[in-house]
Amino acid sequence: MTSQGKLIRNLAFACIGMFAFAFALVPLYDVFCDITGLNGKPSLEQAKVSETIDTSRIVDVGFITHIQNKAPFKVSADQAVISVQPGAMSKVVFKAKNISSENRMMQAVPSISPGLAAKYMHKIECFCFNQQALAAGEEADLALMFYIDTALPIEIEELTLSYTVFDITQSGQMGSSQGASK
Amino acid sequence: MNSITQDNESTQEQLDQIKTQEGVSITDHDDTHTEHHHGPEKGIKRWLYTTNHKDIGSMYLVFSLVMFLIGGSMAMVIRAELFQPGLQLVDPHFFNQMTTVHGLIMVFGAVMPAFVGLANWMVPLMIGAPDMALPRMNNWSFWILPFAFAILLGSLFMEGGGPAFGWTFYAPLSTTYSNDNTALFVFAIHIMGMSSIMGAINVIVTIVNMRAPGMTWMKLPLFVWTWLITAFLLIAVMPVLAGTVTMVLTDKYFGTSFFNAMGGGDPVMFQHIFWFFGHPEVYIMILPAFGIVSSIIPAFSRKKLFGYASMVYATASIAFLSFIVWAHHMFTTGMPLAGELFFMYTTMLISVPTGVKVFNWVATMWRGSLSFEVPMLFAIAFVVLFTIGGFSGLMLAITPADFQYHDTYFVVAHFHYVLVTGAIFSIMAGVYYWLPKWTGNMFDIALAKWHFWLSLVSVNVLFFPMHFVGLAGMPRRIPDYALQFADFNAIISIGGFAFGLSQLLFVVVVYKCIKGGDKVPAKVWDAAEGLEWEVDSPAPYHTFETPPKIKN
Repeated sequence: MTSQGKLIRNLAFACIGMFAFAFALVPLYDVFCDITGLNGKPSLEQAKVSETIDTSRIVDVGFITHIQNKAPFKVSADQAVISVQPGAMSKVVFKAKNISSENRMMQAVPSISPGLAAKYMHKIECFCFNQQALAAGEEADLALMFYIDTALPIEIEELTLSYTVFDITQSGQMGSSQGASK
Repeated sequence: MNSITQDNESTQEQLDQIKTQEGVSITDHDDTHTEHHHGPEKGIKRWLYTTNHKDIGSMYLVFSLVMFLIGGSMAMVIRAELFQPGLQLVDPHFFNQMTTVHGLIMVFGAVMPAFVGLANWMVPLMIGAPDMALPRMNNWSFWILPFAFAILLGSLFMEGGGPAFGWTFYAPLSTTYSNDNTALFVFAIHIMGMSSIMGAINVIVTIVNMRAPGMTWMKLPLFVWTWLITAFLLIAVMPVLAGTVTMVLTDKYFGTSFFNAMGGGDPVMFQHIFWFFGHPEVYIMILPAFGIVSSIIPAFSRKKLFGYASMVYATASIAFLSFIVWAHHMFTTGMPLAGELFFMYTTMLISVPTGVKVFNWVATMWRGSLSFEVPMLFAIAFVVLFTIGGFSGLMLAITPADFQYHDTYFVVAHFHYVLVTGAIFSIMAGVYYWLPKWTGNMFDIALAKWHFWLSLVSVNVLFFPMHFVGLAGMPRRIPDYALQFADFNAIISIGGFAFGLSQLLFVVVVYKCIKGGDKVPAKVWDAAEGLEWEVDSPAPYHTFETPPKIKN
């Protein structure tokens, strides 16, 4: 192959490589955020129970819910803010209601602000670990059990746990022929 | 373009004449070569089938001029709507389509093809090559462009309208909330990307393999250097853009969840991937401009370019830094402090090599024997106004300040200073500089000066007040605004209409110059340097079939 041919081949490979790199950015982004805890995405795995309690300080944890795309649910925490000691277990109950006249599947996606606090929020039990099936008009109490890691940086005095609630009825339950296009 | 098609005998004669007159060191063309000196085909076939770098360069330039006028008329719609507060002329959805398609057309249709056109015309002439390395691919990379823009512009006339989510097509605007014509947008971008990538491969292979003997790397004209680096940027990031639009396509139509939190994706990740492409992209649109200005300023200062080597290294550093600053577009997405500081400092670091360039241009002019021909006027305006755009960019780089400036007209003012008075002014400077070489005729100087001064005044009336309304809080991309901004917006719109109309003068100047005018010698500007001034004016259809000898 001529030197020109080699150069053209290498440049073409570089293009293909960069196209692949764009897709590689997707898992890389997740791994990077996982390691650094930069984007406020909390872990979706059940944590171990805490062993120590830091009684020297108190952290305020707020709960907000946001219904995405007018999904037919009402979800709210029974307490808007609670004060906890790092390491101590807390339980918060969320009231969820399906306000439509059909059976629905609900999925809550958590996010924590400030983002750096995400990896210090350990959930023992969370309704966000699973999809929730709610029959027409059904009301349910959904539990969240968590504790704040004692290693939480001292400058973080309050954090907010936000749930975005999605209606995943089409893709989750009915398997759907109409799902993808809208 | 008729003037290019003159027959070879006279071309050869003129060439000989010039050689005897000016002692130009081009190797003699062997007489046996004369039979290869055939002219272009006649009629439309010449343009459809051409593999000649000059024809393709001309087509790129004409295409980008047409796109510049189309994108500009969309800007006129935007400014007409914003002339007064309230909604009067167009509905908000159409306004959004105008801002979106204006951006896409100007970036991918006007600025980038214009630079590719200049590269096609000038790179082989500057390095002493007979043509581009891959002439058939060159033809193809041009001819797929009209289809891309036909698809994009056609989508405006379809039910639901064209893309309306901003040229940055942030998810979920482009996925969840866009209409079904989004597929057309995606395919148009794919085709534009392929065209750019093929153009970039062609430029690299040409520069690496086809330099005339003796044309060593550090003798390359800066336009060639900047284009070489730009071409590498294109190869690195256009495929990433292709990946991004592909993800948007599959998210929207095939149920994937790259950017959809419901399925485990992340909309913020869209911005990371997009700006990983987007930031090098803005340097793709300015590095060739640096090259053009670096050619013009020495010619009209009658001095060598100050700090040639530092210019090359500065260009390379800017290109490198462009890959590690992307998140400065996203300071308000809730990044952690460490990330904001990193991207703030790397962004500010770019002002160092850029400052080197600006100081080099000024030092070139310092105590030079300046004359103010039209290309020089545009080049000086470029240096001053691009620097204003650079400074507002530095302001935007300051993270805490950016929280105020983000998504306001201050940002609009910033990137129009770097793209209109930066990239577009440099393209116009380049066209005025090389147009006599291309056509063999001098343009109408008086009219060109009118074009310059009208553009200079109106572009500042257009964009300078945007800084103030932006600082006062007027948001981008909104068809209506608070009453307090009314007077400034009226002034901005008047500047906009004046700037738009002034560009019609440019069309007239170019048309008249192609049709005729005072004949020019091979060396159009007396102190211009470079191989392109050693071939005849107009540049013969085939040049440097035997490589020239490079002077030391």
